[in-house]
Amino acid sequence: MKLLESFKQFYASSIGKKLLVALSGAVLLLFLLGHLLGNLVIYLGRGALNDYAEFLHHALHGMGVWIARVGLLGAVGIHIMATIHLAAQNRAARHSRYAYESTQTASKASRTMIISGTIILCFIIFHLLHFTILPNDLKDVTTAGHVRPDVYGMVVKGFQNVLVSLFYIVSMAFVCFHLSHGVSSVFQTLGFRSEKSADMIKWLGHGYAAFIFLGNISIPIAVLLGFLKF
Amino acid sequence: MAKKLQLTLKVWRQPSGKAEGRIETYDAKDIPVTASFLEMLDIVNEGIIADGGEPIAFDHDCREGICGMCSLTINGCPHGPGKGVTTCQVHMRSFQDGDTIWIEPFRADAFPVLKDLMVDRTAFDHIIQAGGFISARTGSAVDANATPIPKPVADAAFDAAACIGCGACVAACKNASAMLFVAAKVEHLGMLPQGKAEKDRRVLSMVRAMDDHGFGNCTNQYECEAVCPKEISATYITKMNRDFAAASVKEAVVTEF
Ligand code: HEM
Ligand code: FES
Repeated sequence: MKLLESFKQFYASSIGKKLLVALSGAVLLLFLLGHLLGNLVIYLGRGALNDYAEFLHHALHGMGVWIARVGLLGAVGIHIMATIHLAAQNRAARHSRYAYESTQTASKASRTMIISGTIILCFIIFHLLHFTILPNDLKDVTTAGHVRPDVYGMVVKGFQNVLVSLFYIVSMAFVCFHLSHGVSSVFQTLGFRSEKSADMIKWLGHGYAAFIFLGNISIPIAVLLGFLKF
Repeated sequence: MAKKLQLTLKVWRQPSGKAEGRIETYDAKDIPVTASFLEMLDIVNEGIIADGGEPIAFDHDCREGICGMCSLTINGCPHGPGKGVTTCQVHMRSFQDGDTIWIEPFRADAFPVLKDLMVDRTAFDHIIQAGGFISARTGSAVDANATPIPKPVADAAFDAAACIGCGACVAACKNASAMLFVAAKVEHLGMLPQGKAEKDRRVLSMVRAMDDHGFGNCTNQYECEAVCPKEISATYITKMNRDFAAASVKEAVVTEF
């Protein structure tokens, strides 16, 4: 297979792996935006959020959610595999370290991507167990008498536990940190950054990270403050 | 009479590539503020030689910022303090009386230490040999404007061509990546009509040569751009990423180069 050989060579190169990290990162970034906008439906009430959840589970005759799951799993898998390979090579590229270390411009976030990434991975696992794999069996009965899972109730009950809410908020802080470097990095790696657009891209990245952070943490905070009631 | 500085130097000493290295402490006494950094080392070396010691080995040649031979990581910063300067252009007026200055080689596995502060930067030559040229015979010099090149393109190509191949980008990079050097070399040829013909082959082979020498990978932190004595922009790396992606796809599905 000629194409497979080409792909192997592409993956073996530094820029090839970086492009894969950026592409998978971009997929995850777009997912985060969609996921957040979906989450915010909670402010429209129990009916709206449960309608939305039902819609997601029935899209494309129930296939939609599985296509998204497989795609996201693939993106996360590629992202982690390539970043681990890159990080290992980076470590191997300088065995003798500087006795006097100094940093000119690199942000803290950019130097700790592997740490924030690992924390995000732990969060993703907890989050999936919490709301997807082991949800509680609360039910919501519509006025038409239709019985369906009560996603709204599950989220509010979940966040009424202060420790759980705190864990979500801290995890979102790490996501925000990861994105504060990651978003602008995508433009650089994929080749869409110029002298003129550099500042704009940097602020877009910070803005995006802040939006994802504030939007998501607003939900546990609203539950804890009692704005969203069971 | 110029002001004199009394300094303490922490210098990396390593008798040979194979030997273990370590930091040694030296007093640098009565250094005129008008001296260049390399002249300061010359003065210290004269003292070491007078005491029967082995002078500190360091690279240098033109001492006017054009050859790219001088190196040194000074207080953790390749080519020391100041923007857009090589070590030979750093002057002692950048330091205060009583300062302690740490002087180390450019550190990267791809740049093995030869002795003390001298490193072997042959890896860069190998990257150039892999594609940093135009293989068509160009004959004798043509009329300056025979090939029209838009001014912004000519300027951008020239900015990249200003690279002196010193290796500061590698030394500064947290991952010892050579992306800024390779990007400057790939793009200064790739942007011009004479170099365009071999653009795809060039970017693929130069990036592969870079990888073969064990440089690290870019993490978009722009430490390279910050220390580059010729202030070459990391947006050349952006361009190279794009060119590499396009050339990889072409190679995979259209043609061999
Ligand atoms: C919601 C999940 C995630 C999102 C949205 C995300 C997003 C991103 C983005 C956009 C980048 C920049 C890509 C580039 O260099 O152009 C990036 C880089 C990185 N990510 Fe993630 N990431 C996620 C999860 C993870 C996880 C689970 C890890 C675990 C190891 C991780 C590790 C890294 C590392 C180490 C880098 C730096 C790569 C480099 O600078 O070369 N990320 N991420
Ligand atoms: S000695 Fe030539 S650039 Fe410094």
